[in-house]
Amino acid sequence: MRDFSDLYAEIIMDHQKHPRNFGTLPIFDKEVQMTNSSCGDQISLQVKFEDGKIKDIKFKGMGCAISMASASVMTELLKGTDVNEAKRISSEFIEMVTNGKAPVDDLKDAQVFSGVSKYPMRVKCATLAWHAVQKALSD
Amino acid sequence: MQYRLGSEVKKDFPILSTVLPNGKRLVYLDNAATTQKPIQVINALADFYKFTNANVARSAHYLGEKTTIAYNDARKEVAKFINADQDEIIFTSGTTESINTIAYGWGDENVSEGDEIVVMTSEHHSDFVPWQQLALRKKAHFKVVPLREDGTIDIDTVKRYVTSKTKVVACAGMTNSFGIINPVEEIGHIAHKSGAVFVVDGAQSVPSMPTDVKRMDADFLSFSGHKMLGPMGIGVLYVKKSIIESLKPFLTGGGMIDEVKNDSTTFACAPDRYEAGTPNVEGAVGLATAIRYLREIGMEGILEHERDLLGYAYERLSSVDRVILYGPKNFEKRGGILSFNIRGIHPHDVASILDANGVAIRSGHHCAQPILRYLNVEFMATARASFYIYNERSDIDVLVDAIEDAKRRFS
Repeated sequence: MRDFSDLYAEIIMDHQKHPRNFGTLPIFDKEVQMTNSSCGDQISLQVKFEDGKIKDIKFKGMGCAISMASASVMTELLKGTDVNEAKRISSEFIEMVTNGKAPVDDLKDAQVFSGVSKYPMRVKCATLAWHAVQKALSD
Repeated sequence: MQYRLGSEVKKDFPILSTVLPNGKRLVYLDNAATTQKPIQVINALADFYKFTNANVARSAHYLGEKTTIAYNDARKEVAKFINADQDEIIFTSGTTESINTIAYGWGDENVSEGDEIVVMTSEHHSDFVPWQQLALRKKAHFKVVPLREDGTIDIDTVKRYVTSKTKVVACAGMTNSFGIINPVEEIGHIAHKSGAVFVVDGAQSVPSMPTDVKRMDADFLSFSGHKMLGPMGIGVLYVKKSIIESLKPFLTGGGMIDEVKNDSTTFACAPDRYEAGTPNVEGAVGLATAIRYLREIGMEGILEHERDLLGYAYERLSSVDRVILYGPKNFEKRGGILSFNIRGIHPHDVASILDANGVAIRSGHHCAQPILRYLNVEFMATARASFYIYNERSDIDVLVDAIEDAKRRFS
């Protein structure tokens, strides 16, 4: 690591300390569970849809700061968005972290994860929740 | 010349003078994953290609003979190192291929429905999955021996698990997760009393302590070059002479045949018949050079050196708040591996913050998920610092400071 803040931006530290949308929904349409076998991160994601939008979204999980903060940022960003929009944004996030593509404005706070692309060992941590939400939106 | 371990051997390892882009000096404590290579080994690899390289055991020309001699000498060096005969030594790509060679070559021929295969909960996946898969192929029972709370093996439990139906007992010489030295001689005795073969995974123990296959009475012993100063991609499978001809070749093709006809082939004698294709001669030469290096510094002193570092790390870390240390407190049963966690911080984050301080450790499940699950380790993962001949107490001081930094950052 070049520097601590390379990987652990202030926003990431804030979300890992105070995760948003952490917990479970009383009623939901989709539930996805996913693990990152290389490090054992686990996430369980619940989504409630209404009128083609993500009405509500919550996650529970166990894992490193990167994976948990990323899940928290994801839920905050996608809650209330149109399903197709959410699909596009999550693809943009995965492209940015996996292939090092330049961050786009749509990603808002999630842009802080762009530095993770320089740490191949941590890419799976950062993208876990986004792969989970893609799965929830796809079928 | 007698080397002093630690600072005096460090100068032989060019990579250990690495300075990270942030200006921190590298402190390499990930030796259970792979060790660094001394200049002697690096030069041996370059010299092989500068002065020796040809195909082996095929070409009757100057370089061909030189290569064949170098390969045979490497086999002799390995054999001497573990008190075996040279025709009991098969070169492989590493421990994983060695154990698969046993599981397919011996296991498929000798294990049948209803038989039992016994392994320890603490095995590395490479000494676990091939046996589990063999059991599934053959409808045999795969029995996993539970451990004591500190991760050590209880001999009486092993006795209960091994029965007259047991065909294979597999056990690591030293576990890669917690560095526990297993009582292999006693386990081998139990295996043989029941008529089972005894397989030792030496990947972690062979680099750190003298190994004598006759004394441990192993039928099979496997280890990897890269964990003992040698190159990656070279490993060893020792098979006891009395059974080595009974393995079915796992790979067939060039170099392992006696005579090939259109409808049948007879195979060469062991060990050639188990080394199909052009072998990794460069790797064998590098491994032999690593063994000579280790012999010169003295295998007897390595474990003692690792234990000194382990004891020092243990002493310093046991007083650090929030740090959980795994494994037995009796260091007589341990090599230089210290698995730990910092309460409330995931080991991957610990590893990244230590990295920012220049300290290289491993984090994760260490290819040993069964033991972490069995002991209910937080996060199903640990941070792991592992020591080798070139580490010093000052490396551990940097580790402890880095751990304090991690705690501050994640307070």
